[in-house]
Amino acid sequence: MKEKLVLIGNGMAGVRTLEELLKIAPDKYDITVFGAEPFGNYNRILLSPVLCGEKTIDDIMLNDLQWYEDNHITLYAGKWVTEINRARRTVSTSDGIVVPYDRLLLATGSNPFIIPVPGKDLQGVVSFRDIHDVDAMLKAAGEGKRAVVIGGGLLGLEAANGLKLQGMDVTVVHLLDTLMERQLDKPAADLLKGALEARGLNFLMEAQTEAILGGERVTGVRFKDGLEIPADLVVMAVGIRPNTALAEQAGLYCERGVVVNDTMQTYDPRIYAVGECVQHRGATYGLVAPLFEMAKVCANHLAHLGYSRYEGSVISTKLKVTGIDLFSAGDFHGDETTEDIVIKDAAQGVYKKLVLKDNRIQGAVLYGDTIDGSWYFQLMREGTNVSDFRDQLLFGQGHLGDSGHSGENAASAMSDDMEVCGCNGVCKGDVVNAITQKGLFTLEDVRAHTKASSSCGSCTGLVEQILMSTLGNDYSETPAKKPLCKCTDYTHEEVRHTIREHHLTSIKAVMEYMEWRNSDGCHVCRPALNYYLISTWPGEARDDYQSRFINERVHANIQKDGTYSVVPRMWGGLTNPAELRAIADVVDKYAIPTVKVTGGQRIDLLGVKKEDLPGVWGDLNKAGMVSGHAYGKSLRTVKTCVGSEWCRFGTQASMGMGVELEKITWGSWTPHKFKMAVSGCPRNCAEATIKDFGVVAVDSGWELHVGGNGGVKVRATDLLCKVKSGDEVKEYCGAFLQLYREEGHYLERTAPWIERVGLSYVKEKIVEDEACRKALYARFLESQQYVQQDPWAERAGQGVDQHEFIPLKEVG
Amino acid sequence: MTNWIDVGKLEDIPKLGARVVKTEEGDVAVFRTADDEVFALRDRCPHKQGPLSQGIVHGRRVTCPLHNWVIELESGEAVAPDKGCAGVYSVKIEAEKVLLGLKGN
Ligand code: SRM
Ligand SMILES: Cc1cc2nc3c(=O)[nH]c(=O)nc-3n(C[C@H](O)[C@H](O)[C@H](O)COP(=O)(O)OP(=O)(O)OC[C@H]3O[C@@H](n4cnc5c(N)ncnc54)[C@H](O)[C@@H]3O)c2cc1C
Ligand code: SF4
Ligand code: FES
Repeated sequence: MKEKLVLIGNGMAGVRTLEELLKIAPDKYDITVFGAEPFGNYNRILLSPVLCGEKTIDDIMLNDLQWYEDNHITLYAGKWVTEINRARRTVSTSDGIVVPYDRLLLATGSNPFIIPVPGKDLQGVVSFRDIHDVDAMLKAAGEGKRAVVIGGGLLGLEAANGLKLQGMDVTVVHLLDTLMERQLDKPAADLLKGALEARGLNFLMEAQTEAILGGERVTGVRFKDGLEIPADLVVMAVGIRPNTALAEQAGLYCERGVVVNDTMQTYDPRIYAVGECVQHRGATYGLVAPLFEMAKVCANHLAHLGYSRYEGSVISTKLKVTGIDLFSAGDFHGDETTEDIVIKDAAQGVYKKLVLKDNRIQGAVLYGDTIDGSWYFQLMREGTNVSDFRDQLLFGQGHLGDSGHSGENAASAMSDDMEVCGCNGVCKGDVVNAITQKGLFTLEDVRAHTKASSSCGSCTGLVEQILMSTLGNDYSETPAKKPLCKCTDYTHEEVRHTIREHHLTSIKAVMEYMEWRNSDGCHVCRPALNYYLISTWPGEARDDYQSRFINERVHANIQKDGTYSVVPRMWGGLTNPAELRAIADVVDKYAIPTVKVTGGQRIDLLGVKKEDLPGVWGDLNKAGMVSGHAYGKSLRTVKTCVGSEWCRFGTQASMGMGVELEKITWGSWTPHKFKMAVSGCPRNCAEATIKDFGVVAVDSGWELHVGGNGGVKVRATDLLCKVKSGDEVKEYCGAFLQLYREEGHYLERTAPWIERVGLSYVKEKIVEDEACRKALYARFLESQQYVQQDPWAERAGQGVDQHEFIPLKEVG
Repeated sequence: MTNWIDVGKLEDIPKLGARVVKTEEGDVAVFRTADDEVFALRDRCPHKQGPLSQGIVHGRRVTCPLHNWVIELESGEAVAPDKGCAGVYSVKIEAEKVLLGLKGN
């Protein structure tokens, strides 16, 4: 018989937990839900747009009654649970429903705090928490004229804005001199106040409510200083208190909230709690992002998987008042140990402040221009050292050496038919529809359902913005720790570290040791693990071909029709008649349809049948040509210009240098592809400053540039240093390559890697620490010994992997 | 009537890999899982006809090499939210031989 799970509280956190549970263990429990509100589950956040008249109640339903039925969940809607009997393991309602449980989930949310003043129970005094409250406000707006909102926080301002839009004359009363003081500093709050005043809201600051006036219905409000103002409606929005009543009745340990551990269990291990009612590591939360994280962890334990832990959340806030952009996160006040960087342009209505401590973001307040909110938030959560781009920080991510096409469109200004994702042809309207109709909350969900941002990823920021502008909220849920893939909760870093520390040398060993969820992983983790193993234990770990993407398995690039392309190496972009003749012959012999000069200074033979690959390679090998690794996460091309060998401006022999670099580095496997170029003078005809490692010759030696990228998001290189001799160029090149090989995340090019670890770090290891550089270079040369065999020759002449190139059988 | 055809030995197919059988009905991909189960699908991804035989096999699934759709080996169906079916063939192992069931005529 199935175990019985009972959920008390049919709100956002509780039902989210059930959804997560149904995803991973759909048949584990008989589920019963009690909800005091007489509805299915709705999106409480969107009550504000309902009050404004921008949405209807139907629009904000997340799970209608049908959903409960489809998932065989018994729902008691409109029923209050009044007792939990822990000895008998039952819950009961006042009207006599008794349901037994094996596990119980408390998600009772919180109660609005009502200030204990005379008149607080009068008719026309409401809070802002549920559909019932919104109905009451809308009714009052239809009848009355004047509303007073007590509380100038997030909820109060959203209520005030809604009531104003419903035609009421609204005054916001706030105890302090700063609106939203928990999210804003004074300058930002003043800009906000100005903007709201311009929309016709009135404010009464530093006003302490003494009494609410009226006989049966409210007629006014009186303040400590004696001032009285008339009111037909009073909204109390001064804060919330976790709803612990039921938990306390049941004898569960509570402080400000129901106290839970990292697995979301209360002091009674059969009873879990999630949402606003809980207190975790001393903190209580009033936003959905942390609740969703709790839900995931709780579901994991309810499903008896038992590996996930909730470690608390860092949160950010936005105000949902259409037309007002405001973002805040972390500690934005700072103290004597922190520094502020601030831009203020009151005329444009823009204010940005970042609080830094040791060059790491501690907090942010943005007003008027919030496009970079999620970027700052990410830098903050990841503790990124921003010293290398600190002077550009406030101008936003778009300014960071970027002339690509990322995030240049503001989501809200886009029309529905504008394209968001150029790879998959997804328009804004498609994304918005998927979000609203399928009830999506996260970037991951949107990717899965629409494919937007699932390919090259350059539109990720834009999709996030559309999510925000559609849901009117920052749902940014990206956990602080990003797991390597869905098979594990460990990060790239943790996996690499464990492989090294525990001397793991096979994929199987890693998966067993680190308790992978799927016994043979997936297409995301297997190639990553394979790379980490062979780069950490060269010569020792066996290259696992079945864990390589097809291109690397067969050493050619798969094309859309299942044929392959062949790109032989042309050292430094140089070729000769013998090579060209061999290419021409092979094209004729195998009737290869297309021959093309690539963007990497070599020749591509496209449309080769898989069976023909070994033959084509064999012929190219005979002319001395080897694989160009155009298919690999590996060293690709070394582009050169003619340099001092021919050019009238050349200062050094760039062709020779390029060939030498390619000779020592070819064959090397890297986290992502790695491209180089050598230019003979600062005119830079080989475009060395958008390469992973670029060399620019100058009269006195060589400039070494790193972390450049063409492609999706163009990034110009950073100057690493200047060296005198060709030998130094090679040593620095090998050391840089090795540092990236040892520390880059799989599928992370050098450009994002350098932005993550910081140029200073790379300089420290390679320029400032000679011993470290030499050791890196030695490790690089050592690992090269094992890989500099032409994979084509092995397959064309030595019979390696023949099964790849011939069919198992031909029938008929 | 199903026409059982001997296409080779289990060892001819790499673990967590696939081989192609060329037939008059088109290419058929024959997969072998970590536990030595065999499955056969039409070698055309329901998305844009990618050759599934070239994908990465994991569990009882294969990831298409062209755009990473994940296909169930047992049913040929794409894993949600993607939709589509590659089409399955019957396949079995008898006396150490891999037998592929073709429709025949
Ligand atoms: C063949 C070639 C286009 C051409 O005809 O010129 C090419 C073809 C492909 N490029 Fe490229 N890229 C080619 C030069 C470039 C260049 C120019 C360069 O290297 O100077 C760039 C920009 C420079 C850079 O990488 O920083 C370039 C940036 C990309 C990107 C974006 C990378 C990024 O970090 O943003 C991808 C996508 C990826 O790697 O994930 C990509 C991916 C691809 C793939 C592998 C797409 C795929 O996964 O199938 C294409 C393979 C086609 C094939 O089978 O041959 N290709 N690609 C060029 C081969 C060069 C070579 O000789 O090896
Ligand atoms: C107007 C408004 C705007 C908001 N805007 C935002 C925003 O922009 N961004 C953001 O992140 N968050 C916002 N929030 C906060 C967010 O809605 C809450 O954090 C979230 O809904 C809390 O989820 P929960 O499940 O813990 O509680 P709830 O969603 O409140 O659910 C608790 C449920 O339990 C029921 N219940 C309680 N006791 C019992 C009992 N004994 N028996 C039966 N049922 C019981 C309650 O009736 C309620 O339905 C907003 C909240 C409001 C009210
Ligand atoms: S070759 Fe490069 S730019 Fe051209 S279509 Fe392919 S991936 Fe896109
Ligand atoms: S063809 Fe298979 S995923 Fe696109």
